[in-house]
Formats: sequence, structure tokens, C-alpha cells
Amino acid sequence: MSPVAFILVVPLFGAGILLLLPFHRTAALLNATASTATFFVALVLFVARPEPTAFFFVDDFNVYLVALTSFVACTASWFSAGYITHEVETGHLTGVSLRFYHSMYQFLTFTMLLALVANNIGLMWVAVEAATLTTVVMVSLYRTRESIEAAWKYFILGSVGIALALFGTILIYLAAQPVIGDGIDALAWTNLHARSASFDAGVLNLAFVFLLVGYGTKVGLAPLHAWLPDAHAEGPTPISAVLSGLLLNVALYAVLRFKMILAGNPGALTPGPLMLSMGTASLLLAGLMLYRRRDIKRFFAYSSIEHMGIITFAFGVGGPLANFAGLLHMALHSLTKSAIFFAVGHISQVKGSQKFADIGGLTTTHPWLGWGFVAGVVAIAGLPPLGLFMSEFLVVTAAMARQPWLAAPLVAGLAIGFAALLMRLHEVAFGEPRGSTERVKASLVPMYLHLAIVLVAGVFLPAPLVAWFQSVAALLGG
Amino acid sequence: MLRGLHFDIAHTLSVSVLLFSFALLYQRRIMGVLNAFALQALMVAAAAAWQAYSQEAPHLYATAGIALVLKALVVPIALKRIIMRLGIHRAIETVIEVNGTLLAGVGLVALSILLVFPVAQDSAALTRENLAIALSIVLIGLLMMITRRNAVTQVVGFMSLENGLVLAAVGVQGMPLVVEMSIAFSVLVAFIVFGMFFFRIRERFDTLDLQYLESFRGDRGQDHRP
Repeated sequence: MSPVAFILVVPLFGAGILLLLPFHRTAALLNATASTATFFVALVLFVARPEPTAFFFVDDFNVYLVALTSFVACTASWFSAGYITHEVETGHLTGVSLRFYHSMYQFLTFTMLLALVANNIGLMWVAVEAATLTTVVMVSLYRTRESIEAAWKYFILGSVGIALALFGTILIYLAAQPVIGDGIDALAWTNLHARSASFDAGVLNLAFVFLLVGYGTKVGLAPLHAWLPDAHAEGPTPISAVLSGLLLNVALYAVLRFKMILAGNPGALTPGPLMLSMGTASLLLAGLMLYRRRDIKRFFAYSSIEHMGIITFAFGVGGPLANFAGLLHMALHSLTKSAIFFAVGHISQVKGSQKFADIGGLTTTHPWLGWGFVAGVVAIAGLPPLGLFMSEFLVVTAAMARQPWLAAPLVAGLAIGFAALLMRLHEVAFGEPRGSTERVKASLVPMYLHLAIVLVAGVFLPAPLVAWFQSVAALLGG
Repeated sequence: MLRGLHFDIAHTLSVSVLLFSFALLYQRRIMGVLNAFALQALMVAAAAAWQAYSQEAPHLYATAGIALVLKALVVPIALKRIIMRLGIHRAIETVIEVNGTLLAGVGLVALSILLVFPVAQDSAALTRENLAIALSIVLIGLLMMITRRNAVTQVVGFMSLENGLVLAAVGVQGMPLVVEMSIAFSVLVAFIVFGMFFFRIRERFDTLDLQYLESFRGDRGQDHRP
């Protein structure tokens, strides 16, 4: 069996089996085992790359995201095992919900990997839609009034987004059909990319606007970001980690694929300015919104919007350096933000609350958890020596080189977010201890593993990895 | 001559789908909305079947069949039963007055034509006009979702939006089945999800009116689960 088939079949089967499995401990273990197996097979794709088919393909760009996705899905599943045990002990989740949770976890992994390896833009759309529906169900898992509202909002905005994306997909076909001919070939990304030069530029432009707004909704870009904080705050924390760390990246990946099609057509508009303005708007808006948040998960959800804004901005600037920075930031943000959500999950379980008002002085009461959280926040704020400092620095440099005034709103946004993060960090990690001092039973390994990678990436990025990122950056074009 | 007739029939059908979009906008009762939606789905089925015939693309009959069975029959009937059971067959609360929404709808049609016509100049006239109509249906569906407070009408708005997408997909020459199947499939899945939502909302609030949900916005929630 080809590795591509394996990484899709394992989560899909896992989802089926877990739906039937009534024992939550076994289910959590199986969930983690399946995710780990998927991760290791995903690594095989680096060495044994299958030939592109009509439906699946693997290239330098998506193989990196496949590895990242399966890695975070793997660590998050181990985190989830500990998290779920606590939820069962406190009676927040029982029987059917739990079975559903584990099954949906695997199904979500399946849909994300499918979206990444799909060669067919129709199939990619189906995968993103399935991912949306799965996460909607996950967000409403606790069945509280708030979680239902969050899921509803997510569902309505997400559906509108994917509907617009489908319209864009149909328009891409319309542009491709006279050149490539009828049928399935005209939806294959490899064909679209190779022959986009002779497409009708006007149709491509119109299509891209729909695709950017449609998939952009799923990325959490302003002005269609309203679903994101609620969905993150009300769902189970492992899902918040996966949402922020992975699903947003997958949606952005879709946008970038279409950007590459446009880049191949001389008559088409340059997607740069559109992405720059959406990125800047998200960055500034989320930065300002960070100040008045009282819920810790909601706070970090806004921080995700901010970072997706930075990444979109980077790809909007374009060129080898900015693309490189964008790719690096995508990976490091994913690792850091999921580590933070792991920490937040432990914190909220210990304190029994997600409110900042109930959390304080963590470094004195829970040194390991507290300092891990500090490291995560320092990383996400973009302080050296952690990896995100480097990628943010590169984004600013690239923007400066392109257009000096472009860097102004970017730096302003970064500074606004930075101050908000440090303010909250002080309150949560230091200050007067507040709330319960119960010990953390779950393992902190996943969190520290992510943070270690982010630290290493900031201090020393191995030369082969740099070369790899550079080749992908070149692939993405200007 | 025959080509002209094909063209006219395809046109008539897609315009009638658009007409039912307007009919959806001026309904003041939930039952009226569901009837208008069922008729719209019927028209979509007819349009798809006609495209299947004139493009000689038999797989489009499947699309037509799915639209007919699922969207014109199963979904409206199921929604009606839910509404009867919950006892909420009353007037719809609107955010903007009906006349205002109708005017906005006309504006959206004009916008779609202005947007699509200059862009798709090289495509066949039929494809181009069909696409403009489909886009206006999508936009009117969005408008309906924004301006109606009631959960059922929002769902119907979303499904009428999907009708517009089906119309766009069948109008483009040789669009592969995968996409159409996925559209139909998504409607089904969406409906299941919606159904679950309904029951949960019913469980908690005794109403499907989203207004009640809006008491919670942002950070005001009281009891948060970790």
C-alpha cells in the first residue's frame, strides 16, 4: 500500500472502530496509537514519494504540511488522553459523547490529510467541508448553551465560507475547461498549475476573490473571523489545539495553492495586495481585541487570528524571503500555539475555570506547568531566542525590502499583541497565586516536546531544512 | 434553431430558480418559506435534468434526481415535521423589513450581472448568463441568512444558496460528477447536523429563535467548562 493511502486509511478506520468502542481508556490509547502510526508513515513520504495520480499528489510543499499535521495530531492525541481522563473523572463527558469525540478526532485528522494530499480541487473542497462539519460537532460536545451558540456561529459562517469557495472552484473549472477539456482532468491541480498561463485571466481573478474570501473564512481572516474565538473557547481543549495549530493552516494551504495557479498566468491580478490587506486587518484587529479578553482560551484564539494575519501578510509580500518566513512561521506557530493550548488545558482543568480572574501565580504553585506556559507565551510573543522571533523578524525584513511603509502596520500590530501577551503573562504566571493548587496528573511531555522544537528552530536551523524551505518558497512564487 | 430552443429552455428554468429566491425573501410565515424552497428545489432539478439532456451528460440526471428527492421532498417534509412538533409555525422575525430585503435582492442581481458579464466574455453566452443567475441566487441566499432571525429560515437560506451552486455547476460544460455529488452529499450532512442542533436548541431554550442565543456574546458567559 502506498504511504498516501496508509495515512488516509488509518485515521478513517480508526474513526470507524472508535465509534464502536465503549471503553474510554482503550479508546484514548487507540486514538493516540493511530495518530502516532499515521505520523510515522507520513515521514516515509519524505523518502518514498509516490507519482501523482488524478486524485492524490505529494510535492515539496504539501509533504511538509502533512508531516506537521500528523505530528501535531499525534502529540495532541497523547495530550487528549490525559485531558479526557480528567474530564471523565469530573463528569463533564460520558459514554456516547466520548465515543463520538475519539471517532471525530480521527475523522478530523483524515479530512485534514485528505485536503493536503488531494490533487483534485473538488476533492480538496469536500475535505475542507468535512473538516468543518466535524469540528462543528466537536465544538458543541459539552452541550452547554455557550458551546451550542459557538458551534452554530461557526457552522453558519463556515458554511458561507465553503459555499463561496465552491463557487470559486467552479469558476476555476470554467477557466480551465476550454484549455484542458471536459472532465476530471480540468480539476487536477497539477494540470491547472502547469497550464494556467493560457487560462482566461478575468475568470481566474473572479475565482480567486471567491476562494480567498471563502477559504479565508476558515483561516480566520478578518472580517469573517467571528467564529474562531468562540469555537476555540467552547470546545474541548485538544480540539482548540488542533483547530489553531492545523485546521487554519490547511485552509491557508488551499488559498496558497490557488495563488500559485494565478501566479502562473501573466494576465491575472497579483494576489499580493488582497492578501496583504486581509492579513494586516486581521493582525491589527486581533491585536487590539487581545486587551479586553477575560477568558484564557478566547485570548489565545485571538492570538491565532493575529498570527494567521502575519502569515497571510508574509505570503502577500511574496518573493523567496517572505515566502520562506511565512512557511517557517506557519510551522512554528502551529507547534507553539498547540503547546500553549496544552498548557491552557492543564491550567483550566486544575483551576476549574478558563477565566483570567481565577488563574494566577502559576510558577509558584505549579512550577513545571507555569514555566512551560511562560516559555510558550514568550515564544508566541516573538521574543528571542525562540523560533518565532526569527520568522517574524524575516517577515518584517522582507516587507521593508519590498516597500518600507508596508512594515509600519506590521510592526505596530506585532507591538500591540506583544504588550497584551506580556500583560497577561505577568498576571497568570507570576503575581499572587489564585485558585486551586491541585497537582497536574496528566503528562507535560507533549507541551515540552513542542517547545523544545521551537527553541531549537530559533537557535539553529539545520542547513538541509533551510534548503528545503527555500525550495518550497521558490515554488510559491512572487 | 434547435440550439435556440435549448438555450431558451435552460434560461427559463434558471430564471425561475431565481424567481423562487425572491419568493423566499417575501414569505412572512415559516410554512410559506418551506413551500417556496421546495418549489425552488423542483426548479433546480428541472434545470439539471434539462442540462443533462442538452449537454448529453447522463450523470447530470443523478444530480437532478438528488435535488428532486432530497431537496424538494425529504428536507422540506422533515423540516415541516420538526416545526409542527416544536409548535413554532408562526410569523418570521426579520432584521430588515421585507420590502427592504427585496430591494437589496434586486441590487444583488444587478451586481452579479455586472460582475460576471465583463469577466466571462469568452465563455459561451449560456454559461455566462447561467453563472450570473447562479451568483445572484447565492448572494440572495446569503442575504436571507443575514436578515432572518429564525434558525429554520437561516437553514433554508443556506440550502437555497446551495441551489445556486448546483445551478452553477450543472451550467458549466462537462463539470465532473464528483463536485455535484459532493454538493448533494453536503446538503445531507448539513441537514443531519442541523437536525442535531435543532433538538439541542429545543432542549435548552424551547425555541429555535437565534435571538435567544445572542444573549451570550464574547466573554459574558457565566459557566465555562475547562
